[in-house]
Amino acid sequence: MAKVLLLDQQSQEEILRKERKANNAWNKLKRNKTAVLGLAAVCFMIAIAVFAPLITDGKPNEIHPIDAYLTFFQKGHLFGTDEFGRDLFTRICYGARVSLLVAAGATIVGGIAGVFLGLIAGYMGGIVDAVVMRIMDGVLAFPFILLSIVLMTVLGSGMTNVILAIGIAEIPRFARVVRGQVLVVKREEYCNAGRVIGISHFRMLFHHILPNTISEVIVYATLNIASAIISESALSFLGLGIDLPTASWGSILRAGRNSLNTAPHIAAVSGVFILITVIGFNLLGDGIRDVLDPKMKK
Amino acid sequence: MFKTILIRCLQILPSLFVVVTLTFILTRMIPGDPARAVLGPQASVQDVQKMRETMGLDQPLVSQYKDYMIQIAKGDFGVSYSYNQPVLGLIAKRIPNTLLLAFPSILIALIAGLLIGVTSAVRQGTLVDYLFMILALVGVSMPIFWLGLMLVLVFSVHLGWLPVLGMGSMSSGIGDVIRHMVLPCFCLATIPTATFSRITRSSILESIHGDSIRALRARGIRESVVIWKYALKSALPPVITVLGLQLAGCFAGAILTETIFAWPGMGTLIVGAIDNRDYALIQGAVLVIALAFVIINMLVDVVYMIINPNVSYEGGF
Repeated sequence: MAKVLLLDQQSQEEILRKERKANNAWNKLKRNKTAVLGLAAVCFMIAIAVFAPLITDGKPNEIHPIDAYLTFFQKGHLFGTDEFGRDLFTRICYGARVSLLVAAGATIVGGIAGVFLGLIAGYMGGIVDAVVMRIMDGVLAFPFILLSIVLMTVLGSGMTNVILAIGIAEIPRFARVVRGQVLVVKREEYCNAGRVIGISHFRMLFHHILPNTISEVIVYATLNIASAIISESALSFLGLGIDLPTASWGSILRAGRNSLNTAPHIAAVSGVFILITVIGFNLLGDGIRDVLDPKMKK
Repeated sequence: MFKTILIRCLQILPSLFVVVTLTFILTRMIPGDPARAVLGPQASVQDVQKMRETMGLDQPLVSQYKDYMIQIAKGDFGVSYSYNQPVLGLIAKRIPNTLLLAFPSILIALIAGLLIGVTSAVRQGTLVDYLFMILALVGVSMPIFWLGLMLVLVFSVHLGWLPVLGMGSMSSGIGDVIRHMVLPCFCLATIPTATFSRITRSSILESIHGDSIRALRARGIRESVVIWKYALKSALPPVITVLGLQLAGCFAGAILTETIFAWPGMGTLIVGAIDNRDYALIQGAVLVIALAFVIINMLVDVVYMIINPNVSYEGGF
């Protein structure tokens, strides 16, 4: 009888272990086919950005006027060349570095500032909440691209300034997401218990509340990288973003616009890369949301 | 409900204040001297100094801010030096052009989005559903400035069916203006169509699995009536919320779309003002778009309260 019970316990543990494994976030994500597809697209783009010096000739700005406007596969150029005879494949790979770095950097800048403000506003409540959130509402009143354009005009072009401009425009969105979560989390039993035993505000905020809001932030940040890529491209497209001749997908697209009649492949290729990356991040973000917050799936 | 609507209307006041203040701060932070920009690089230091005094730029920032608030309250947005015309007049001329793109785009997107969303939901799990949802995903991920270029490439450069730039002229007939509107409207409508389709699909799916729809089906009411009259009605509130955001988004999207198609609206006005460092025009145009954004969002909330009174009674705002 005891042996049977022991076996039962073992099998129960086995079942629990399997359940835990199945419910593990990564395993859940792996079962979501569209999320895996998104992850694959994102990994591919990161790979071409990281290994750009290995898979290209490493000279994205090298000019060969005699080879200008070559199309696909001509003279060994996979995607052809641009108006200065620069290899488009090389520029796309190096452009991936800039575009992904700017998108990630802007999301980190907006994320850190927004999470901090959202935490403070939600936790403190009262006048602090009212002031912070009214300012955030005011900033949100500016259409995202318009605010980025104005900030770029203020800051001037360059990669750091693009990161700052997009990041600053993203702050209110992060702040709203986090504040909403904090308002729910701070009323949980464990927060009440923490208050009763007299833990400091700092410990309460950063050890108890922040970890319980982070899943929302991860979901939002992943989806936000997609919009940051589009914003960077839009700013560079308008001539307000990355300084030339540095390649970014937006600046390549801008060059493609100027030679749409003679070399439509320049605009077409850079746009396809932007589109695939954005779709990848959107699919991945949706997948992470389904895993971390199944209530949102509906 | 009237009280809640009134409260919601009053809630925009702090946002308006922040918008006006932020516009002032941002335009004052733009590098360069507005007086020098007006007079040109050849102007003498004395002339620039005189112009700074005329423009009130020699005053402390607080007093400049006070004057600016008074001017805005009076509806005086200053004079654009690049056009040599009052800013408000320039904006008033351009806004109808932007609306001429924004409203048809949103209307097309709403109709197409509802049709696609309902069809997808009714045929959930079929090839049609997958196809529509893939298209919707591509639509929401689309960089519209790239889409615009590709549309120009195909329909204007290669096929020669539609004009590339400008908004045509009414003197050449309404058909000319409509032909110029096709590509920018298609471009502007892409993201809203995709968003409406996704929202409508998920709302309809939620609604058709509810008890009320099951009861209607049990009463033998025709399926098309159940879907298009009852299920769609209960699925509308989230669509209306998104409608406001998308309409406001159309103003923002117009900045890029108008630049691609050289459409003489608010977008090209702002981009041109930034290129020319026309501070008064940047300030006025940014302010007007941001104010429109705030007011549209407020109107949407009010419409939402009217069609869904539970929100107001539960104090959702």
